[in-house]
Amino acid sequence: MEESNTKLTKKGGGRLCCICNQRRAALKRPKTLEQICRECFYEVFEEEIHQVIVDNQLFKPGERIAIGASGGKDSTVLACVLAELNRRHNYGLDLFLLSVDEGITGYRDDSLETVKRNEVQYGLPLKIVSYKDLYGWTMDEIVKMIGLKNNCTFCGVFRRQALDRGASLLKVDKVATGHNADDIAETVLLNILRGDIARLSRCTSIVTGEDGPIPRCKPFKYTYEKEIVMYAYFKRLDYFSTECIYSPNAYRGFAREFIKDLERIRPRAILDIIKSGEDFRISTSTKMPEQGTCERCGYISSQKWCKACVLLEGLNRGLPKMGIGRSSRGLNNDPKKDKYMKQGNGTKSIENKQCGSLDF
Amino acid sequence: MACNSSTCQSNSGCYNREEEPISSKSSDSNQQSLCVKCKVNEPVSGTSDDGRFCRECFRSNLYGKFKLAVTSNAMITPSDNLLVAFSGGSSSRVVLQFVHEMQQRAQKNFDASKDRSLPVFGVGVTFIDESAYHQSVPSCEIDKAIEEIRSMISNLAPPAKQLHVVPIESVFSLDSLDGRERLKTLVDSVSDATGKEDLLLYLRMLVLQKVASENGYNRLVLGLCTSRIACHVITATVKGQGYSLPADIQYVDARWEIPVVLPLRDCLTLELKMLCHLDGLKTLEFSNGACSGINGLVSSFVKLLQEENPSRECTIVRTAGKLTPFHFNRIPELNDSNVPLATRRRQKRFNLKPSESISSESFCPLCFSPLSKSDLLSFSSCQNYDILDAASCSSCRFQIFPKDPSSMEHFLSILPQPLLARAKNCSNGNHSSLRKQIQDCLLSDSEDET
Repeated sequence: MEESNTKLTKKGGGRLCCICNQRRAALKRPKTLEQICRECFYEVFEEEIHQVIVDNQLFKPGERIAIGASGGKDSTVLACVLAELNRRHNYGLDLFLLSVDEGITGYRDDSLETVKRNEVQYGLPLKIVSYKDLYGWTMDEIVKMIGLKNNCTFCGVFRRQALDRGASLLKVDKVATGHNADDIAETVLLNILRGDIARLSRCTSIVTGEDGPIPRCKPFKYTYEKEIVMYAYFKRLDYFSTECIYSPNAYRGFAREFIKDLERIRPRAILDIIKSGEDFRISTSTKMPEQGTCERCGYISSQKWCKACVLLEGLNRGLPKMGIGRSSRGLNNDPKKDKYMKQGNGTKSIENKQCGSLDF
Repeated sequence: MACNSSTCQSNSGCYNREEEPISSKSSDSNQQSLCVKCKVNEPVSGTSDDGRFCRECFRSNLYGKFKLAVTSNAMITPSDNLLVAFSGGSSSRVVLQFVHEMQQRAQKNFDASKDRSLPVFGVGVTFIDESAYHQSVPSCEIDKAIEEIRSMISNLAPPAKQLHVVPIESVFSLDSLDGRERLKTLVDSVSDATGKEDLLLYLRMLVLQKVASENGYNRLVLGLCTSRIACHVITATVKGQGYSLPADIQYVDARWEIPVVLPLRDCLTLELKMLCHLDGLKTLEFSNGACSGINGLVSSFVKLLQEENPSRECTIVRTAGKLTPFHFNRIPELNDSNVPLATRRRQKRFNLKPSESISSESFCPLCFSPLSKSDLLSFSSCQNYDILDAASCSSCRFQIFPKDPSSMEHFLSILPQPLLARAKNCSNGNHSSLRKQIQDCLLSDSEDET
């Protein structure tokens, strides 16, 4: 039997899966370059995530968990895998889908349709919070007022808070987001390039915001983007892959390109960057911004007012440039600083991950 | 002002901020074309921001950065004997020039002083001939280069400097014919392109240490500048060396037998090249071929970033500078009574206050980077590396050491002696301490048999 199999291999050019040694290898695993079959890929993919969840004690039995769902590939795969692992390993979790409706016609309305289908497909209750309800502004209205410059700053800041508000409405204990290994490696690099030592020290933690109202966790911390795409592709998952109409290509910056180049020569570079990020030891004498609460809305903030309140105040007073740029208060028209912001825009922090879908 | 402090590495940026209001106030076009510092001479034309300085101010600014690094880190004391590692590039050419000028000044002071209590520090130069590694470079080119270096060193004003030309294969401490072959076998046994390059780097440091130690030098001066350090920050991050990274990027690195100092840590490649151009300092370029693999990718990435924002390299180094350094990242204090009192007193004054640092006892035998706890733990659970009898860092394990245990033995047999000795040295410390911790769970051979 085995002999005939090896003959087959030589003739047909199809090699056997190097894990099960039974089925034909269907893919080269991006993380390790092992040639494996589809079934083994699902198995290792899901079990690695399970291992990360167990090793880091991300969830406790009986917890209510919201999955930040944009309809894009990362969050769709996350919902699918978490629902499956919850069943298979008896996590005892109550899972929910939580979506933010930024109010972008032709983009978010379509992706929300995907999330609504996911609600049925995975049997997970869905909650949608909208910018309109929370802030009184849709992104369409904001863009109409401020134009296409800096609009991602508004969207990113508002989304972060919207997720927290939605999570507290759902009364969940934690929010799980679909940030993958590529995202985290990129954030480590960007924080070095931009000199953001405070973010550099915390961007590799798998659980963040434990001192805040609702902690967030990243079960995909060690999962390669390519493998997520592969999983979605082979499982024919229903996800939305259009880019935000207000910032096409915004996310695909130079650092992303660099990571893809690195991955091509050395796949483990992504994991190595994360390892480096975890191993960095920051001098305690380095000044760190202090964490406080916003005097206006009570949300966590290092300033008197949180960023969302500053931006919102600007919008409502008809001064949309308020809060844009490095100093958080007042008008700031320094063109150099604006340029700097635009560059780091969207890639600024991992929580500000751009607009839903990030496919290549 | 602020730009002269050691914490500010973005010198060009600082001048920008401070000087811009002045130049914008004076809309006079005559004023604009004067040096922003002395406002007397015309600035030199250059592509960078520093083109706004005149030649003299540019030069004194650069020398100032060098001198500040030297004095604030107690890099050079009067009784020292420095060995300058000279590759022929602009960085090492400038560091040699600056060290030479500093020595000349010290000599002047010595001649003028009555009691002559402060001796003049000594300077030697070494050139590592790497033709055994870069086989493509024709030997006549190397010979010509060595001749040029020789005449350049002898043309420097007194005090005279000794030149040591040493082949890279001398790391094997055999006759050089055999050494060339062994070097080739060793390099060929490493399959990863980046691993090969890094191995050469580690061997080079071994040779430099050897030259310094055999010829009685007590400091090794490297010309590493901000741009190169920025690249190292990114490559080390990409290779997963986040723990050991801070050890490599400080002004002083005394983990070696002969402490290594980096007085050009705050200077950009662009500035150094400019100075060589302005002062007519001759540099030598070898057709070694560009870096490939990870190192090449990173340096082109950093170059791109630097073009887009001229202070990017400084930002990278400043960020990494906020990581906690190690206990060996400072010049050890002199307590030797053989050292003249005046020298000791001088060092005390300049030496930095002890700041927080990590003390690490174990080092990777290959790259000599400090090992983290997780490196040591992963070693104790991994049998393959028992042969070396010492824990190595995960990066060397991946890109340099062979994967399967059978070729490991061969690999170890061709490693140069100093590396093996270091491995043994390291292992005696950490292996036995590891063993002690798990002693109660180990079965002895006799117990096993019965």
